[in-house]
Amino acid sequence: MSEDREERPLDREERPPDREEHYLDREEHYLDREEHYLELCENPVQFENASSVNNVFFDEANKQVFAVRSGGATGVVVKGPDDKSSVAFRMDDRGEVKCIKFSIGNKILAVQRTLKSVDFINFIPDYPHTEFTQECKTKNASVLGFCWTSWNELVFITDQGIEFYQVLPDKRSLKQLKSQSINVNWYQFCPETAVLLLSTTVQGNVLQPFAFKVRAGSGTMSKMSKFEIELPVVPKPAKLSLSERDIAMATIYGQMFVMYLKHHSRTNSPTAEVVLYHLPREGVCKKTHVLKLNTTGKFALNIVDNLVVVHHQSSQTSLIFDIKLKEPDCAVNTHQPVLPARSIHPYRIPLAGPAVVPSQPPIPCQLYSSSWSVFQPDIIISASEGYLWYLQVKLPPTVNLLQDKGKLMDFLLRRRECKMVILSVCSQSGEKGRLPIVATVFDKLNQVYKEYLEAEQSYTAAVESGPSRGSAAPKRPVRTQAVVDQSDMYTHVLSPFTERKGVSHKFIIAVLMEYIRSLNQFQITVQHFLYELVIKTLVQHGRFYMLHQFLQYHVLSDSKPLACLLLSLESTYAPAHQLSLDMLKRLSTANDEIVEVLLSKQQVLGALRFIRSVGGHDNVSSRKFLDAARQTGDQMLFYTVFRSFQQRNQRLRGSPGFNPGEHCEEHVVHFKQLFGDQALIKPSTV
Amino acid sequence: MASGMQEKQYTPSLLNFFVYNPTFGQKEGEEEKKILFYHPSDVEKNEKIRNVGLCEAIVQFTRTFCPTKPAKSLHTQKNRQFFFEPEDNFWIVMVVRNPMIEKPNKDGKPPTVEYQEEEIIDPLLTLITFLVLQLFNGTFGRQMEAGGVELLIQKLEKFFYRYLQTLHLQSCDLLDVFGGISFFPLDKMTYLKIQSFVNRVEESLSLIKYTAFLYNDQLIWSGLEQDDMRILYKYLTTSLFPRHSEPELAGRDSPLRPEVAGNLLHYGRFLTGPTNLKDPEAKFRFPKIFVSTEDGYEELHLIVYKAMSAAACFMISASVELTRDFCEQLDGLVGPQLTLLASDICEQFTVNRRISGPEKEPQFKFIYFNHMNLAEKSTIHMRKTASVCLTSVHPDLMKILGDINCDFARVDEDEEIIVKAMTDYWVVGKKSDQRELYVILNQKNANLIEVNEEVKRLCATQFNNIFFLD
Repeated sequence: MSEDREERPLDREERPPDREEHYLDREEHYLDREEHYLELCENPVQFENASSVNNVFFDEANKQVFAVRSGGATGVVVKGPDDKSSVAFRMDDRGEVKCIKFSIGNKILAVQRTLKSVDFINFIPDYPHTEFTQECKTKNASVLGFCWTSWNELVFITDQGIEFYQVLPDKRSLKQLKSQSINVNWYQFCPETAVLLLSTTVQGNVLQPFAFKVRAGSGTMSKMSKFEIELPVVPKPAKLSLSERDIAMATIYGQMFVMYLKHHSRTNSPTAEVVLYHLPREGVCKKTHVLKLNTTGKFALNIVDNLVVVHHQSSQTSLIFDIKLKEPDCAVNTHQPVLPARSIHPYRIPLAGPAVVPSQPPIPCQLYSSSWSVFQPDIIISASEGYLWYLQVKLPPTVNLLQDKGKLMDFLLRRRECKMVILSVCSQSGEKGRLPIVATVFDKLNQVYKEYLEAEQSYTAAVESGPSRGSAAPKRPVRTQAVVDQSDMYTHVLSPFTERKGVSHKFIIAVLMEYIRSLNQFQITVQHFLYELVIKTLVQHGRFYMLHQFLQYHVLSDSKPLACLLLSLESTYAPAHQLSLDMLKRLSTANDEIVEVLLSKQQVLGALRFIRSVGGHDNVSSRKFLDAARQTGDQMLFYTVFRSFQQRNQRLRGSPGFNPGEHCEEHVVHFKQLFGDQALIKPSTV
Repeated sequence: MASGMQEKQYTPSLLNFFVYNPTFGQKEGEEEKKILFYHPSDVEKNEKIRNVGLCEAIVQFTRTFCPTKPAKSLHTQKNRQFFFEPEDNFWIVMVVRNPMIEKPNKDGKPPTVEYQEEEIIDPLLTLITFLVLQLFNGTFGRQMEAGGVELLIQKLEKFFYRYLQTLHLQSCDLLDVFGGISFFPLDKMTYLKIQSFVNRVEESLSLIKYTAFLYNDQLIWSGLEQDDMRILYKYLTTSLFPRHSEPELAGRDSPLRPEVAGNLLHYGRFLTGPTNLKDPEAKFRFPKIFVSTEDGYEELHLIVYKAMSAAACFMISASVELTRDFCEQLDGLVGPQLTLLASDICEQFTVNRRISGPEKEPQFKFIYFNHMNLAEKSTIHMRKTASVCLTSVHPDLMKILGDINCDFARVDEDEEIIVKAMTDYWVVGKKSDQRELYVILNQKNANLIEVNEEVKRLCATQFNNIFFLD
């Protein structure tokens, strides 16, 4: 519903009967604030409210509000989303302003005051500021409006066609680039995609889109294929039946859609619906989604976070639709509201200015007011109060409103600010959920996690393999909030969960295993800290046999840290020793650790045999073994080990003696004491 | 030798089995009261008293030499007696006739009988017998408390009547000595699915305290502690499952007809409890078992539920009365899921098999046992059923295995024993930490070194995932 032309008041809803009674209703909503899943942004753009001397305009392309006082003579104040795009200036009052807009980047201002022409003022420094004018070239045509497509290109829309111009600011003139003649009832422009939509034919329901290349200087305009909106009733005789207020353009999940608000008719549908037409850059526009509103009346549309928000004025509530949520009980592409209808969260206007008295409470703002105008994608303007808000989705209340947790996860995972809410859903389902629900939640989460990991992996692979011919440089995948990894889950959900009182350890372990199962199902490598948590929990509750079985089936994957953790459990659970040694063996990179373990158990011969079997005998420290052998107090063992190392020395260096670097002197002395000099292997004389 | 008449071999057999308590019936003429159970029951009363008295005397007599360790067994030419006192003053005695060979004589003389005294039947059998008894009945002391001697006698009668039939002394071998658990090899993902299944069932049917999961008579998951599981496993694999597999093998008219629960076809059925849920007369009584807890014992209902080759055992506190409602709920919940899991496991299993090569006949014949987790593995036993134990090796070799095992039991340290048996056979026993491995090799003209190498190779291929000292 682009509203960027003429001085028409910004409201396009008819005035509802009485505001006061609605106001009382709304007080009740305050009690139940948990339920409001939509809210107005906290810091609205404020501007001077519309009045008899002050006209207000909104430009969707730059998201700027223009407050034009006395035709500009007493000042034009432009407020944008940030301070940079806010400007104030003065211009001559040369008649009533119908439409006023900056080109992209505030370079050139265009003002329409008559039906025949548009005036321009340079805002580029060092360029002459005097106005220049361009009349439309089509004879007898009236200019319906204009749209900027770049910093210096714009298109005039007349009732007889469109004219595409380039502004030459230095020459203070315009050059026509292209034109197209076609009968136009009304038009809509989507600045995001730079697509212009024209309503043609008598009934107005044949829509002709044009695409403009946004890149400056290219100056291209291309005709896209036209399409027809199905009208609920075909009027006889034919008359204009499709109103521009029932059409809006928006980008949802990266795709351009034309949204048609189809009012109820007695003959077919009893309630209103929103019909979405997918408008691809190339190809045919197709009707793809139907959103069931289940009610009648006046509606307005917004797009927030890829959700279609439908405001219903008479009930003062809004509905949200997610076109990616599949409805099991609906025909394909027919959607029911995700959540029950709720009003936007009550909003109080802070009393601004220096004269604020602290005790004075903020005034509650009238929501769904007749003076509201709604713009795409997420803008609500109250011209009479002088506010521009961005509409926002508040996710926490959705958790309690959506009972089906699987659907809830599908919904949340597609939202921008979803991480903390998702984690709270996980915690909650751990608290009071049931395992199948927990499993569904984990699976949904890990699906997204896995997709990200894969994207990351192929990105890394692409970067490593270097740039390949013909393909663009690899794009690093964006990590959205929906990517909840193992450490997120560990910190925010699982670790606190295992420490929660009053939850049976059986359930805790079941939840942990469910998470590990889910990770495995998506072939995601489980990180050590999760295993540690599982082991900690099992040990804490004395479930050693359970742990044993998990290890036996390799549910807890082998790693050195895990093996060490097991070793530390030996005093409480003897079999942990065997489990640990097995694991070290399987790792095949932990031979030193195995030797240490065996030596610490005084299994000196075992250690020696092991290191020999893996071919590491030549490199081990003889002192370590001799120390261990001597500690056992078993003289024969000491003898055997000592002789074995002498033999090694002989083989390696041709002499049985130990090198000074091996620090075995005391053991040589000890050996001599025990067995005498003659027991030593003598250096061969040959 | 030249005569056409054949030697006759007799396998060991159970002569007597009795339970007594010497503190009962101490008055003259009341000796019979000491006897709590006697098999065979048709023995004349005086003979029973005489036999029990003899055991009592032997135990008393040997006690004088070593008060803390009374005699465990008595070997005579014809038989062996095993004495076992699981609880104070309660004795279990088993008398086994030694195997013998009857050699026919010429000229109508009575045949000569040779007893083979050295055949082993491990005394562990009495222990396991007791443990099974305890699993189903709790301790003797508890029985006495619950219903006095009469109840105890009744229970023993009932228990041993069936149990002794499953005791097949002639087919006892090393595996019976170990009393181990055979684990079903499974990939991680399928294992986690089973975990998930068990957890979900326990959550939905919160009465269930413990669950065990088996496939193909092999254990996959046990919620029970190891010692209890060992005995339950023995009961399941030697008694319950064989009893039910026979009708399945018998033919079409088996209970293996799919049940329809809701819109799901499933093959689940109860192995204990009601045979047919739809029968209005069906009884919802399940066998009760006793398992150890931190402070003593707890009594549990044992529900064994099977779908195709997958069996789940659910254990529920005996204080709860199980109703038709509960069983129907369980059937409806578990039946379809277990059926699905069973086919999943089966599929996984065949896939793994295909990967590892088409039905590779194991080159080595071995028995492996791990004391730590009671895992056993055998390529010697084709299929161990209740009545027949099909081993692929000569009984003499099995006997050598038993002997080596006895040697291992005597020392704590790791050892290796290599035995050259008859006709090119070599038997190798290895003990490493808590593990024992027995290998039987048949190589013509092999020497000790070659055999040793061969075993090393086996360890490297078959047991590369465990720490096994050479």
